[in-house]
Amino acid sequence: MQKLTKKDVEHVAKLAKLNLSKTETEKYLKQLSVVLDYISELSEVDTKNIQPTNQTTGLEDVYRLDEIDNKNCLSQDQALSGTDKIYNGYFKVGAILSERSDK
Amino acid sequence: MNIPLTIEGVRASLSKKEFSIEELVSEYLERINANRDLNAFITISEERAFGQAKNLDLSKSLAGVVVAHKDLFLTKGIKTTAASKVLESFVPEYSATVVSRMEEAGAIMIGKANCDAWAHGASGENSDFGPTKNPWNKDYVSGGSSSGSAAAVAAGLSLVSTGTDTGGSIRNPANFCGVVGLKPTYGAVSRYGIIAMASSLDSPGCFAHTVEDVEKIFNFIKGPDGFDSTVKELQSFKPKSKMKIGVPKEYFIEGIDKEVEKSVLQAIQVFKRSGVELVDISLPHTKYSIDVYYIVQPAEVSSNLGRYDGIRYGNGRESFGEEAVRRIMLGTYVLSAGYYDAYYLKAQKVRSLLIKDFDQAFQKVDAIIAPVMPTSAFKLGEKAADPLQMYLADIFTSSANLAGIPGIAIPSGFDAKGLPLGFQLLGSRFSEPILFELGKTYQKITGYKPQLAK
Repeated sequence: MQKLTKKDVEHVAKLAKLNLSKTETEKYLKQLSVVLDYISELSEVDTKNIQPTNQTTGLEDVYRLDEIDNKNCLSQDQALSGTDKIYNGYFKVGAILSERSDK
Repeated sequence: MNIPLTIEGVRASLSKKEFSIEELVSEYLERINANRDLNAFITISEERAFGQAKNLDLSKSLAGVVVAHKDLFLTKGIKTTAASKVLESFVPEYSATVVSRMEEAGAIMIGKANCDAWAHGASGENSDFGPTKNPWNKDYVSGGSSSGSAAAVAAGLSLVSTGTDTGGSIRNPANFCGVVGLKPTYGAVSRYGIIAMASSLDSPGCFAHTVEDVEKIFNFIKGPDGFDSTVKELQSFKPKSKMKIGVPKEYFIEGIDKEVEKSVLQAIQVFKRSGVELVDISLPHTKYSIDVYYIVQPAEVSSNLGRYDGIRYGNGRESFGEEAVRRIMLGTYVLSAGYYDAYYLKAQKVRSLLIKDFDQAFQKVDAIIAPVMPTSAFKLGEKAADPLQMYLADIFTSSANLAGIPGIAIPSGFDAKGLPLGFQLLGSRFSEPILFELGKTYQKITGYKPQLAK
């Protein structure tokens, strides 16, 4: 299996939206390399013609009616109760776009 | 005040008016206060407990049963943190199915138990609010991740408690603290309202002093609720009059502590004397369970923890502790382009082989006996600096989660250091009644008398 690089760690941190300091990047590079090295012993198992398992219940296509049951809904106030960053009944989020500078 | 250690005992004392419900609640609160150094609780719900006690209908089946919920279970109006700084001030707007079912049956919530943050850990040391100590010796870990749940029951701070088991998180602390812990079949108990760790593995369950009490709690929390589509109605599984227990050679390997091994072998002798037939079996892919687990689990963790963005509730992603970051990183990596096939897909295929091992074994036997942990509780700090060593502690427990089968951890005495020992029984899917039957037989034959840690 390929060796984990510093670039991989930085890339993965970006995918997971985690800001790592330089020392943290070094630390996780070391620790994750050890774990990956260990778990790569899996490659010795013959899995030809073996189907992957992603759940163990054996259940298929569990449906419910597409109806609204008010008992199971949060009110707007309840839904907003977890944060104080609200505006006019909406969640407030940081801007993701900036104004064009070439206008 | 002396509180009996079984549900039946407490209910008898209440009906004989040896103490009132309010006195019972006060006594537990006093004990919790006197044992703050164990750090078994994150939140104590005193007001709620007295409120419930006041309006309690004593005819309800769990009336007067004091319960501590792992702080991963949402409790309406009571702070729920997952032991993470991300949710340090999160107050849920609804309760988990397990919580509301126990409440409806008359159980009284005394507080929210400490655990490894997001249930990531085998020792309880990953809590952002400090480690839980082992009630039998405070220099030792309580096990994890449901650390406070097990410690609270062992120390008599709660009669029963709830937990979740994703790779051993109920059986491990039950084993380290000397109480009974049940990891039900995946799909037996609803995960609704429980903060998700790894969605194909998470099994909510419970702790108590006796197998009988764990069975009682299980019978209240199991079954479909309409909110978790993986939950199935249990098949009626009747214990046979002549049962067979398998002894898997792969679980008695080099590296397992001699006292742990001896204790499991003694339990095997107890079953033999009770008329159970013991059969040597093989689960050849056992050694790969840890590899599969540390691919599938972090992959699902990284996905589930994606929702914590600090926008709708909780703090931002900079508040994740070290272990959560480690697992998010590992999980994101094994799912990322170029590595998915080699790690994740490969792990899911080996998972199929692990399941096949168990399927074949359960054609021959009704249950499997094995150690829970390779050692008794280890010292605080002993493994904290080495993530891989900590991960390897899940060696005997994680395969049950990968296969979705039930397991029960049962105490079997103490080692020379005075720390609890035990064993686990594993069964085929939805065979909990068989595990209860065998567990009760063991506790009956050995004349098991629950005792509190001192």
